[in-house]
Amino acid sequence: MKDKAKVTLDDFTPASENAWCPGCGNFGILKAVNQALVALELEPHRVLMVSGIGQAAKLPHYTRCNIFNGLHGRPLPAAIGAKTVNNALTVIAESGDGDAYGEGGNHFIHTMNRNPDITCLVHNNQVYGLTKGQASPTTDLGFTTKLNPEGAWTALHPLALAVAADCSFIARGFAGDPDYLAGLIAEAVRHPGFALVEVLQPCVSFNKKNTFQWYQERVYKVEEEEGYDPGDRAMAFALALEWGTRIPIGVIYRRERETFDEYLGTAGREPLVTAAPDPRRVKELFAEFA
Amino acid sequence: MAVDLNILIGGEAGQGVVSVGAVLGRAMVRGGYEVFADQDFESRIRGGHSFARVRVCDRPVDASRETADLVLALNAETVSLHLGEITPGGALIHSAGRNGAVSEGAPNRLDIPVHDIAIDAGGSPKMANTVATAAALGLLEYDFDILAGVLEHQYGRHGSAVVEANVKAARAGYDYARKHCPAGFKMRLKAGRPSGKLLLTGNEAVALGALAAGVGFVAGYPMTPSTPILEYLAGKGRDFSLPVIQAEDEIAAINMAVGAGYAGARAMTATSGGGFSLMTEGLALAGMTETPVVIVLGQRAGPATGLPTRTEQGELLYAIHAGHGEFPRAVLAPGNAQEGFRATVKAFNLAEKFQTPVIVATDHQMADSYYTVAPFDLEAVTLERGEWLCDQDADSQGADYKRYAFTDSGISPRALPGIHRALVSADSDEHSEAGHIIEDAATRRRMVEKRLRKQVGLAGEIAPPLSARVEGADYTLISWGSGNGPAMEASGMLTGRGHRINTLRFTELWPFPAERVRQELEKSGKSIVIESNATGQLARLIRAETGIQADIRVNRYDGRPLSAEYIVAQLEQEAGL
Repeated sequence: MKDKAKVTLDDFTPASENAWCPGCGNFGILKAVNQALVALELEPHRVLMVSGIGQAAKLPHYTRCNIFNGLHGRPLPAAIGAKTVNNALTVIAESGDGDAYGEGGNHFIHTMNRNPDITCLVHNNQVYGLTKGQASPTTDLGFTTKLNPEGAWTALHPLALAVAADCSFIARGFAGDPDYLAGLIAEAVRHPGFALVEVLQPCVSFNKKNTFQWYQERVYKVEEEEGYDPGDRAMAFALALEWGTRIPIGVIYRRERETFDEYLGTAGREPLVTAAPDPRRVKELFAEFA
Repeated sequence: MAVDLNILIGGEAGQGVVSVGAVLGRAMVRGGYEVFADQDFESRIRGGHSFARVRVCDRPVDASRETADLVLALNAETVSLHLGEITPGGALIHSAGRNGAVSEGAPNRLDIPVHDIAIDAGGSPKMANTVATAAALGLLEYDFDILAGVLEHQYGRHGSAVVEANVKAARAGYDYARKHCPAGFKMRLKAGRPSGKLLLTGNEAVALGALAAGVGFVAGYPMTPSTPILEYLAGKGRDFSLPVIQAEDEIAAINMAVGAGYAGARAMTATSGGGFSLMTEGLALAGMTETPVVIVLGQRAGPATGLPTRTEQGELLYAIHAGHGEFPRAVLAPGNAQEGFRATVKAFNLAEKFQTPVIVATDHQMADSYYTVAPFDLEAVTLERGEWLCDQDADSQGADYKRYAFTDSGISPRALPGIHRALVSADSDEHSEAGHIIEDAATRRRMVEKRLRKQVGLAGEIAPPLSARVEGADYTLISWGSGNGPAMEASGMLTGRGHRINTLRFTELWPFPAERVRQELEKSGKSIVIESNATGQLARLIRAETGIQADIRVNRYDGRPLSAEYIVAQLEQEAGL
């Protein structure tokens, strides 16, 4: 249902002062998010952004929509709760690599398993920015920090984990290419089911290795490769593991499977929050105990 | 002569002890009696020793009794463990040929070949428990038709053939017991008119309370003793349009519930101490984001995994203080099924009125025991949804909506995200009225004060303890939650011995009704605080909030429930009563 003739970028004017570092990769992601919401013709009040803690988690404050800015690592459970009781909301979880893959690792795995109709953006800068530069689960091997003086241990491949968990939509974008990223985000939101969009995002303050230039030299778009098929899980697994001289961006894997609201029986129904409960209905249950 | 009959059913885990107890209990309630039935079991699925006790009275009863009039032994170990608990004139029912139990010393013995009878009459050894159940009722000459009706209730879903076979097996067991009734056993129980009352567990009462309160979302991770709440609600999920989610852990469960609460649903989770520990981060989140959420905390004996299937009231002070930082909350502690239903409804109302978490603290004894209750008065259930923006404001305010607007009550009108045009911004960081991150000292101070003002309003909603006063009393027995039933019964026993006794029973504990408690205790005799914990948490709370120190404490912390006998024995030994 549309209430307004046309949604424009003006509708997503930042609601509060921005506290990111100048030059942060998050600015590109913010731009892409807003572009995607406009392309999807979503009015701000139709959107709920749920975030955890970290620099990425501040993004919802810098656009305009409903916000639930919760706990470190916990955006996905909160997003599931909200989406389940109000399926009219477009729910986007904003998360970072520490938030989604570290503190929230368990939720990450099980949310992919459940397949709720939620989009999850993971800003992956391979470092903990908000706590000043410690290693994250995706930090490259050998990267040293004050807390990891011997160098980070081997890095997690979250997209490979996602393929293994049969995540129904997996994409990767790059903060240095916001227009392309906006297209991926819009596609992810349209996907019925859980959509993971990882965004390679340079941290200008604490990650002097994985810079804009470092990524520019490595990223390539999967759809420009011969024989690419996002429905091929084995190929997706190979792409998800590719991390070196070439790093793939684009839709890595996609398939449709039963969504969590279909499983719960709430799909296609009025938002549960609009129902008026009747205490007297409980009377029908008393016979069980008589 | 007042009826107070206690039947103990013992056996291994997996032998159906609880089912036998439930059938006996239901048969008694249908005959107009009041029943309290509790369970004692180990943390294992097969083997070990477990028992259920069904106490039958002609007046309301909320406590177990430690001596048994009838011991129904499904295995040999039950005979050796419980022989000494049989009252003079009581009886033991067992199957000696089967399990070779040594039963010398029982006042009266009925040795009944339950397996043979089950096979002969019912066609299957599976009906041995039905035979044994019927034998107990046969000894008492209780109305057989009531038992037949209960068996239909119990087995109806398996079809009429199963019901008929069970009724036949029951008839055979009943007749055998009447024919072989030990000469010394004179106890008889006559069924009266049905009272229309229900027999249900504390957990079931809490679950029904949640449904009556319009619970709209449940997430939880299974943990004894609260799992049955989740299971019951999951069973009703489709009928009541209630999503019940088995979360990957308790952290996810509370965060899901908070997300659903933010979106406008009445959300709850149920757990016990260990799970609650994991939830405390989310509890603070609910406090900071001012999100209504109901948490059932089914206490069991801790710390850590403790005695996972046993009872304790060891988390009162934890429930009051859990979560980092300072925020308002309510803690209710229902002591029986009737109170469990009411407390759950009230918890949802308080959570939404004050936009803050509310904890319903039960314990294993309250959660898993069966209580006799009149059908809950659903007409008396009111849903108080708290303060909301009117539709017009919710649409016109848009991005100007202040989720955390400063108000005198501390309560800011809510709006439903996605339903209206108001943008609802909730934040775990300290935030502005509009819900955006702030760091400045002045706003921080005002937000802290705004949130804490809600505690003042909440305090006005908390019921003072129930008080029963006797002129010139020597002692006041003070108890909370599941301790209330045993304390009341202990009061009766002590009165019977010539003491003058007051009682003060808490079912709601936070915000603490300090003024009323001080008034009560200032006109009391010596105070005796009775708790199922080792450190005297209610006694500490009373002293912290009123400055009044308990004179005597009765504590039980062996994982077993409080009983009147235990309380009186402790008072005799420790305090010379």
